Amino acid sequence: MSSVTQAKTRIVVAMSGGVDSSVTAALLHAQGYDVVGLTMQLYDHGAATAKSKTCCAGQDIYDARRVADRIGIPHYVVDYETNFKAEVMDRFADSYIRGETPVPCVLCNQTVKFRDLLKAAKDLGADALATGHYVQRIEGPHGAELHRAVDADRDQSYFLFATTQAQLDFVRFPLGGLTKPEARALGASFDLHVADKPDSQDICFVPNGRYADVIQKLRPDAAVAGDIVHLDGRVMGRHAGVINYTVGQRRGLGVGGEVDPLYVVHVDPERAQVIVGPKEALLRTAFEIHSVNWLGGGEGPSTDGTPFHVKLRNTQAPMAATVFGEGNGKAKVVLAEAEVAVTPGQACVFYDGNRVFGGGWIARDVGVARVPHNLRRGAAVVAV
Amino acid sequence: MVLKAFMADTALSYLDHNATTPLLPEAATAVRNCLDVFGNPSSVHKAGRRARALMEDAREHLAGATGASAAEITFTSGGTEANTLALRGLVAAQGCKSVIVSGLEHASVLAVVPGATVIAGDVRGAVDLNALEDALKTVPRPALICLMLANNETGVLQPLDAAIALARTYGAYLHCDAVQAFGKVPIDFSTLVVDSMSLSGHKVGGLKGIGALLVRRGLDIAADIVGGGQECRRRAGTENVTGIVSFGAAAREVPRLLAGAPRIRGLRDQIETSVRRIAPQAKVFGDSLARLPNTSCISLANVTSETQVMRLDLAGVAVSAGSACSSGKIAPSHVLLAMGISPAEAKSAIRISLGWSSTEADVAHFIEAWQPLALSAAA
Repeated sequence: MSSVTQAKTRIVVAMSGGVDSSVTAALLHAQGYDVVGLTMQLYDHGAATAKSKTCCAGQDIYDARRVADRIGIPHYVVDYETNFKAEVMDRFADSYIRGETPVPCVLCNQTVKFRDLLKAAKDLGADALATGHYVQRIEGPHGAELHRAVDADRDQSYFLFATTQAQLDFVRFPLGGLTKPEARALGASFDLHVADKPDSQDICFVPNGRYADVIQKLRPDAAVAGDIVHLDGRVMGRHAGVINYTVGQRRGLGVGGEVDPLYVVHVDPERAQVIVGPKEALLRTAFEIHSVNWLGGGEGPSTDGTPFHVKLRNTQAPMAATVFGEGNGKAKVVLAEAEVAVTPGQACVFYDGNRVFGGGWIARDVGVARVPHNLRRGAAVVAV
Repeated sequence: MVLKAFMADTALSYLDHNATTPLLPEAATAVRNCLDVFGNPSSVHKAGRRARALMEDAREHLAGATGASAAEITFTSGGTEANTLALRGLVAAQGCKSVIVSGLEHASVLAVVPGATVIAGDVRGAVDLNALEDALKTVPRPALICLMLANNETGVLQPLDAAIALARTYGAYLHCDAVQAFGKVPIDFSTLVVDSMSLSGHKVGGLKGIGALLVRRGLDIAADIVGGGQECRRRAGTENVTGIVSFGAAAREVPRLLAGAPRIRGLRDQIETSVRRIAPQAKVFGDSLARLPNTSCISLANVTSETQVMRLDLAGVAVSAGSACSSGKIAPSHVLLAMGISPAEAKSAIRISLGWSSTEADVAHFIEAWQPLALSAAA
């Protein structure tokens, strides 16, 4: 692109105050684009940590503003607190209350970031919205394609599976071809004070990883104490609320005395029960997904089954599977090999090589019929 | 890089004078001339006396511009401190048993006395006098009333004379926040029967960090910041001589600023006429009452304040919306909400405020930048 075109091309950069989005903004500015920085105010930093309501900018907004000053670009803060609360935080809490393990970063990308912020970018006359995500957007024969980042350790494609084709057409990911050390080096070369800022950890609105405290605050009636029940029917102990448990969890159950370690195999909010069992009880080969986003062209995954590699957690290596489209945004996923911890509420993302073909949310009634019969003993108190 | 920044600045149409004004050239000159005067005005020696003389000259200039006597002027760090000193200081020294504030007041008034009785505004933008009288009948006496002279967001002149009459009837004290009115409409502290009045330097072409509280002669007020005996023991701390000099120099220009009011009103009215022509659905708040000549508060349905302010800024036009908090996010104006305007409407309002540096070109620039927003909203 010529420098004249670039100067006339306005790109809004979603600036979080971290090193990645800061480098994104500096890079695009250095390339001659008309860059405008926007930072989303998503939650009250005081309220999230149970302090009284403040109106203080968090450190991240401060950092974003200072980076914009340093680069010399306009920068604004947009207030999405209301939508973030309703569409990310409340849904995060409700998902745990339903016995799921949610991925709020996907919800955030899906709602405030690629819907509200994208609209704000268009309102400002932008030609594109750029973020600091480590993923690649590659122009294909049928439009923009989503691909994994060059830096496999940093790849964030799992969190972006719900990006629609229309959103993908408007969004740019300038860091997708870089490694994290390269991005940090760029940050240093642009003399950005955030070049050495530590990576953000966990979920932004859950300080110290204590997510149960946040749920307690959002939904004060959520914690209902109940029994921890073995698959064979034995009551193993008590718990203070199902929100404290995740399928696949082993630590912190407070139940022992078994030869083999016990895992959470199911969470039953209706009966306020946490069901535990041996590791084998977690094995699944097939499960249902819903709210499928399809990035492969056409209506959705084929009903005849398409071979993919799927990731059921961000940190997991993709594994072979076949995806059978079922219409209405639903699909069935059959794994080539049984897998532990197919966790309801997590995302199942489809890959073919490096390309992302979309994905869906793992449904709650996962693998019900597959609880091994020989593990059931006595009355079927465990209605999974 | 430098050239780019310079060009960006020359292209700027600054229409946010109610937030702050550019430094008047006369104030800038006065400040430059006093930068070498380093003495402490409280010192006995010659250096101190020089500083004190400059400070007292400025106090007299301010007295001349406000109709107060020099002895009635206490310099503060700004409007917020002046309001704080008035409310806390009068309550403490006069034994006020209750405080009544208009809901249209500046945050510095609303926040300083927890538990004050808050009087709603009406939809036209003025404080509700019936509600004020009802409150005066019921609260413990003596009461202290706080009412601004002109509202910072709508520009609406508040019914101060009626409030003065009510204060007299019910034996109440009255503090008037004139920060936004000073330099825009004539003020005469010698004839207005209020007990105290706050002013700010940077709203009238002076530096930031300087303000004043006028206190009626003979009335006791307790200091809020204590320590040394400066400002007749009403405000401790070494005086901000540079700021005071800028304030005095700006105050000398007030007659000229007031003489320019018809020109500024003409520019403001041009904006409102154009806005109504481009977007018949647009609404001007406070336009049924007497207003400051420079202020216009306009809502454009379906376009958020946030979007309007950002779009205009990117086009080189500076306006404001609501009250920006330290994060920079924009909350709907508490003034519009206190007038009973719906939150949705308040969220689509912007404030345009002109001043001595405003030109026809600024007006044309604003209209050119705002028109596409209005057309997109109508589409």
